[in-house]
Parts: sequence; structure tokens; C-alpha cells
Amino acid sequence: MVNKSISEINDRIKDGSVSVVTAEEMVGIVAELGAEGAAKEVDIVTTGTFGAMCSSGVFLNFGHSEPPIKMQKIWLNDVEAYTGVAAVDAYIGATQVSETLGMEYGGAHVIEDLIRGNAIDVHAISPGTDCYPRKILDTTIDINDLNQAIMLNPRNAYQKYNAATNSTSQKLYTYMGSLMPNFGNVTYSGAGVLSPLSNDPEYRTIGTGTRIFLGGAQGYIVGQGTQHSSKSGFGTLMVQGDLKEMDTEFIRASTFTGYGVSLYVGMGIPIPVLDEKVALATAVSDADIITKVIDYGIPSRDRPVVRQVTYEELRSGSIDIKGREVVTSSLSSFKRSRQIAGLLKDWIAHGEFFLSQPAEKLPSDTVSRPMKQTRGTPMVKDIMSKNVITIHKNASVYEAAKKVMDASFNHLPVVTENNTLVGIVTAWDISKAVAQNTFDLVENIMTKKVITAMDSEQVTIAARRLEQHRVSAMPVVDEQNHVIGIITSDDISMLFARRN
Amino acid sequence: MKIRIIIDQDIVTRPILAEAILETGIPLNIAQAHFDSAAGEIIADIKDTEYRMIKNALVSRGAEVLKLDTPINWDEEECVECGACISVCPTKVFSMDMEWNLKVDNTKCIQCGTCIEMCPHDALSLDV
Ligand code: SF4
Ligand code: SF4
Repeated sequence: MVNKSISEINDRIKDGSVSVVTAEEMVGIVAELGAEGAAKEVDIVTTGTFGAMCSSGVFLNFGHSEPPIKMQKIWLNDVEAYTGVAAVDAYIGATQVSETLGMEYGGAHVIEDLIRGNAIDVHAISPGTDCYPRKILDTTIDINDLNQAIMLNPRNAYQKYNAATNSTSQKLYTYMGSLMPNFGNVTYSGAGVLSPLSNDPEYRTIGTGTRIFLGGAQGYIVGQGTQHSSKSGFGTLMVQGDLKEMDTEFIRASTFTGYGVSLYVGMGIPIPVLDEKVALATAVSDADIITKVIDYGIPSRDRPVVRQVTYEELRSGSIDIKGREVVTSSLSSFKRSRQIAGLLKDWIAHGEFFLSQPAEKLPSDTVSRPMKQTRGTPMVKDIMSKNVITIHKNASVYEAAKKVMDASFNHLPVVTENNTLVGIVTAWDISKAVAQNTFDLVENIMTKKVITAMDSEQVTIAARRLEQHRVSAMPVVDEQNHVIGIITSDDISMLFARRN
Repeated sequence: MKIRIIIDQDIVTRPILAEAILETGIPLNIAQAHFDSAAGEIIADIKDTEYRMIKNALVSRGAEVLKLDTPINWDEEECVECGACISVCPTKVFSMDMEWNLKVDNTKCIQCGTCIEMCPHDALSLDV
């Protein structure tokens, strides 16, 4: 039985006799010496991860202006920060986007610019009070002008993360990157063998007050992160550290095309090998960590699982999906994760980093529940119009023109004898045909690729499709592609106008 | 070298490629081809010395021919070596070596731009 204490290990750091290895190295050591032998041999295992962690941000204190202001709203390089916390405190969230540049520049970029020492334009407004009379403030600062710049990330270091793929025939732009059509690729995130929480999944050594590597500086674990779902193996951490000591090697802004801004955060957690059990847990390898490949083609909270997969398979460069080899891409950097685990190891070996005893353990039995929604979400069938006017594909353009006139409706779904949808004609198509004197069959002037909706679909999902394809109406079809209604952008805006 | 051949709608049904190959005797090594009802686009590999001849043969038949000689730029400072670009590139320009360093073989690049959208760190660009 091995039984070490944190203070014993710290004594070894002090006298230089500490034995520290990275979580990658530990796999082989446990395989060779067994858990007990490894626990005797190794005092600390270092972990590391470097990936997109959206739920990140920084508390800033600007000091008081003359005359003083109680900021009600504040923008840093045109990115809004939250200042509903005291007069000159603000929280800049990583994912907030610039009001002028949009997704190109966001909170994460402000954070990176602060670390780089770049100048930041500050604009703040206030209603003005007797004690804080100032109403508008404009100034330019850099990180040295701030009293504090404390990174406080509500949810970082996911134990592991679902991998993503796309079954649809359209390319998707997501926070998991571009997902190519027809299972064209798989993207994943997480450091696997080096992942901090995967190396201590029962939180036997990690807890509130654990000193960690954060963004190149020493930081701390505040406690469980938001959405901490330890019961299902998706634990998270809330962490804090001093931005003024951080390094852009390990904190980087990023933009996911079509999705938005995120912050790449580098984090490393030292795991004290207190006993065999800890040693065994840190022997976890990529092959032991299982996650799911999720189909992001389905726009729902409960996206279907395509298959289970290990990090070893993901890291191999391709995995099998439905008999086909699909290329995988990591979004987090394994090289930099490794660098972090290595750096933390060096700090410890050189007596520059000491372990802390956690004040509190992380909860190990939480689940993350879905949102409680008190308003029913409307379905397409609730707002579609059922008396849809259709036209037969062999009808003439003249007949179509007449129908459009009579019904004063802009869109005619084109159908076969048994009401199966084969196309759509608009008033515009008809006028164009008339103008060009092509008094043809409807079939020859219709658009064949019709964007449709299903009656059992949520209106928000249908509305997004309408918007993406820049059409103003969609026929509603059943499973057999029979036309059962039509939904227009007017129906949708009327619905949303009512709700506001 | 790589070239992009664009064939417009009005001539897309004619056997332009075959005629050009027959006329010049130059084999076109087709790397990618994409046709739909609107237009056709072909990426082909040819010898540098053959460029002029094949271009003339194709252009005289109404096609457009572009040299793909300015491949993707990789900004190593911005790159964090995540590997996100690897799975979206149609010609496998990107790969990881044993030490998880990103390797970029831009001689394979066909300048499609797909990787630029994918890169979260703005590390990839094409000269326009
Ligand atoms: S531009 Fe296209 S071909 Fe070139 S590297 Fe990027 S994805 Fe690959
Ligand atoms: S996606 Fe961008 S940052 Fe990631 S490896 Fe490729 S070039 Fe580098």
C-alpha cells in the first residue's frame, strides 16, 4: 500500500527529489511497474489540454475616472462587456462579437490583444447619478492600466467531448468546424490521454483550490464548472488566473466560420499520485477513452449517435462510418497539450510550482438537465395554410398565370396526378416565361429543387431553412412527398410578431 | 503544374477535353472534376512545358484555363497545429507527423479555399 500526502510531495519538490512524469509517459510506467510500483516511483502526473473553450472570459477593473462614472454599458474595441457588477468592473466574455466587425473580432480577440499589450479602445455610457455624475467615457488603455484582469472561465476542460459529423447533403458550419456533406469528415476535440479530468475521473485529487497551469500562468480551480455532468462522464471545471501573467502561446482567439468566436485555452493540472488508485487512473490511454460521434445534420438537442469511438481511433486519422473510411480532424491541438504537460512537469521538477490541497472535492453525482420550457414551441402544422393551391406539371404557363391571379398567391407547388411534389413555380417564373414568350408547360419552367418543410417540424427549424435558401415560401410535405400545405415567411413573421 | 479548366453552360455538352487531348497529344491528368447543368470545372495536372499548347487548344474551343500556381499560404505564427484543416482539404495538403507537427504540402493545393473557412485561427489564406 502506497499512501502519500500532498505536503510530503511538496517537500520533495522543495528538495528537488520529486519524481514527475506526464500523463502520456505514465501509461507505459504503469504497464511496466503495475499500479503499486508506479505509485511508489511517481509522485506527480502532469496533464494538459489546449482547445476551444467558449465559456471563458475576464473580469476587468478600470479604476475610477474623473469625474467618476458608474458604467451601465461598456464596449472594448466595439465588443460589449457586461458591467452589471459595480461602477468600473466589467466582464468580457469570449464569445461576444464586435458590433462593427461581427464574427471576425470578438471578446476572445480583446482578451488576446490585452495579453499582447495592445491598446484597447474603451467606450462606456451611464445615466449619471449624484455620486457618479459622468455619462460618457472614451479612453484607450492597455493591460497595464487595469487594476485587475482576472480570467474566470465558467466552464472549461470538458472531460471529453462528442465528435461531430454530418449526414445531410449540405455543408454545415458549426462550433465543431466545417462539417462536410454526406459524412465527409469527422471533427473532435479533447486531449485524450493528456486530458486533465480523464486522468482523475473520480476527482480524488482535483477540487476547489487546486493550483493549475492556466494560459501560461499559475491559476486555480474555483470548483465545478457550469453544466458539470460528472455522472455521465462529462465533468467540467470553473477556473481562474491572472491574465496579466498569461502568454498568447496558451491563450488564443479563434473564429469558427458561420458560428462565431471562441477562445483557445491552455490548461494543465498536476495530479498527485497519492496511492495505487490514483496511479491506475492516470494510466488511462487514448484507447480507454470512449466518446460518441454525433450527427450534427439533425437540428435537435438530441442528435443521433452515429457510433461510439475511442480517442485512439479518432487520432488515427480516419474512422469507419457505415463501411466508409472518413477522415478525422482535431480542433484542439495535441502538440500544444503535450507542451503544457511538459512545461508543468518542468516547473515542478525545478521547484517553481507546488501542489495545493483542494479545500473541497468536485461533486461526482451531478447530471446536466435540459432546459425547462414553459411555452410550447409551435410546429409547422400549427401555422401552415392547408388550402394550398397546386398545379399539375403538364399544365400550361397560361393556366399557372391564371391560378396565381385568382388565388393572389405567389407560389404554386407543382405536382403529379397523385399530388406528389415535383417542383415549384413562382409568379416571377411565370412573368419571366410570359415576357420571353415561352408559353410552355409548367414542367419546363418550374424550379425542380424545392426546399420543403415537414408538418411535424418546429417552426424555428423551418424558418432557418427558409432564411438559408433565401426563399419566401416552402411547400409542406408528408413522408411520401405529398403536398399537404404551404408555409410562408409572412406566416412565420406573424407568429413571431404575436409572441413579442 | 496544376490548372483549372472552366467550361461554361453553352458548351458543356461538347467533348472539348477529348478534342484538346487529341489535337495536342498531351495527356491531361485529371485530379478533380465537377459538372452540373450550369457549368463544368476540372482540375488537371500537366507538365509546365505543355501549358501553352493545352491552353491554346482549350481556349480556342471556348473554355477558360487558369494556372493554379499560387497555393495556400500558411502562417505558422497564427497556426496552433490543431489539425482542423486536415479533414476538409480535398487533396490532402495537410497532415500530422509523428510528433503532431502540422505538415503542409502545398504543391497539391488546388486553391479551392475550403481550408480557409475551416481554420479557427486565420492561419490560412490565398492570394487573390
Ligand atoms: S485551398 Fe483547397 S486544396 Fe488548397 S490546401 Fe486549402 S483545402 Fe486544400
Ligand atoms: S486549422 Fe489552422 S490552426 Fe489548425 S492546424 Fe490547420 S492551419 Fe493550423
